[in-house]
Amino acid sequence: MLTVDNLVVRYGAVTAVRDLSLKVGRGELVALLGPNGAGKSSTINALTGLVTPASGRIVLDGQDISRVRTEDRIRAGLTSTPEGRHIFANLTVGENLRLGAATRRDPKGVRQDIERFLALFPVLSERYGQAAGTLSGGEQQMLAIARSLMSRPKLLLLDEPSLGLAPKIVVQIFDFIGELKAEGLTLLVVEQNAKQALRFADRVYVVSAGTLRHSGPPAGLADEHGLFNLYIGG
Amino acid sequence: MDYALQQLLNALAFGAEYSLVALGLAVVFSIMGLVNFAHGEIIGVSAYSVFLAAALGLTSPIVAVLLAVAAAALAAIAFERVAFRPVRYAPTTTGLLTAFGVSIVVQNLFMLLISPKPQSVSILNGLNQMWFFGPFAVSSLQVMELVVSGLTILALVLFLNRSTLGLAIRAASRDFATVRLMGIRANRVIATAFAISGALAGIAAVFIIARRGSVSPDLGFSLVLKAFVACVIGGFGSLAGAAAGGMLLGFIEVGLLVALPQEYGGFKDALTYVIIVALLVYRPEGLLGQRVELGDKEI
Repeated sequence: MLTVDNLVVRYGAVTAVRDLSLKVGRGELVALLGPNGAGKSSTINALTGLVTPASGRIVLDGQDISRVRTEDRIRAGLTSTPEGRHIFANLTVGENLRLGAATRRDPKGVRQDIERFLALFPVLSERYGQAAGTLSGGEQQMLAIARSLMSRPKLLLLDEPSLGLAPKIVVQIFDFIGELKAEGLTLLVVEQNAKQALRFADRVYVVSAGTLRHSGPPAGLADEHGLFNLYIGG
Repeated sequence: MDYALQQLLNALAFGAEYSLVALGLAVVFSIMGLVNFAHGEIIGVSAYSVFLAAALGLTSPIVAVLLAVAAAALAAIAFERVAFRPVRYAPTTTGLLTAFGVSIVVQNLFMLLISPKPQSVSILNGLNQMWFFGPFAVSSLQVMELVVSGLTILALVLFLNRSTLGLAIRAASRDFATVRLMGIRANRVIATAFAISGALAGIAAVFIIARRGSVSPDLGFSLVLKAFVACVIGGFGSLAGAAAGGMLLGFIEVGLLVALPQEYGGFKDALTYVIIVALLVYRPEGLLGQRVELGDKEI
């Protein structure tokens, strides 16, 4: 589904991502773990095209999208739920969902999808006409993920879905991510919270200081306590 | 009674015109962070298009009105494409200086290609008549200004709340990167915002031509300064604020004209700004402005 070869992201003299290569297979949930500042968000932003990589190749479904604009990558089936949720606070819950489906031309399908998410997250239904900025953090995260799904992506990138949320809510969010995987969606999840990310992950990459340190099945990672503590902690 | 009604209508008509132009500035500023001081030249292009069409034999006022709005919208889109797009990601001051540059270039084009002197345009004079409602005589132009501005603002509100592009413009005013993550083309959102801004300027141009019966190279510039003030009063970037600020400015100006004795009329502008400064001391963010919140990590 997604192949990244030798990705390099630089901000001026600072190199945020060095020579990172990874693969996400169809239907897989791949976790990208690492401490704060490891280059995880830079990787995601390079994948969506919001940041232009210094070098490297990004291939989605056999199509090289390295030079494709962000808008067209979304249309090609890749979507990201950004770190910090970035819901449109001044728009209502319903308007947020509608904008998520901006690339679709089937109003009926869009309406059905909105109803599906409202049934799935009753709290969004209760607050459908309210400004999204009034939602709690966990509700905003659910809205952000639902909004991403409105475009019916092939591949969903989730950047730190647990950020700033209470542990109980984090478990709920990851339960939902597990359901998405069970439905057949392909996911790349970036996390600091390794424990939750490992619940459903098929494979794990560990980055620190912009460099890939480890890749493999989650079981192997949990065993290697040295690696775990060194790069992730907890 | 007649006098009071006349002054009220004056205030509403001035306010409506300021609101239209201020909204044009605010739509662009809210998503681009660009104070488009070339907005006055969009009004200018609109007015000169009508002047040229009339000189070439156009006689229909309706066609002239449509032409004014279309020319302004196209001019705004062209300014964006040619001048503002290359500096879109540059610092704000670069955009501001670019806007001044465009303003100077276009004003000079009017002077060189047409004339530095005002040129008479009579095609829209028919809009400016006296209407009699029982004992009251009112200016048809002022009534139309008020009604058309009201309808235009209503249409804008509907567009911004109902259409996907409208929602995208509202969303982009806070978080453009995430709008792009929805697959919505940035260029399209920005071009639409400029087109709206231009169309609003074109409507204002129609009223200016009808009132003055002439066009001159600098006809939009002072109005844009007023509109800028209206945006500051309302809170820069807030569309509702721009409309409210424009209306308030109209009322302050006409109110001062009425309140001041004839021989102190020259103090009108100075006192207007004193009132605005006092207002801003108490509400630095403007009437409806908000302090922009930045997340912990903006993309």
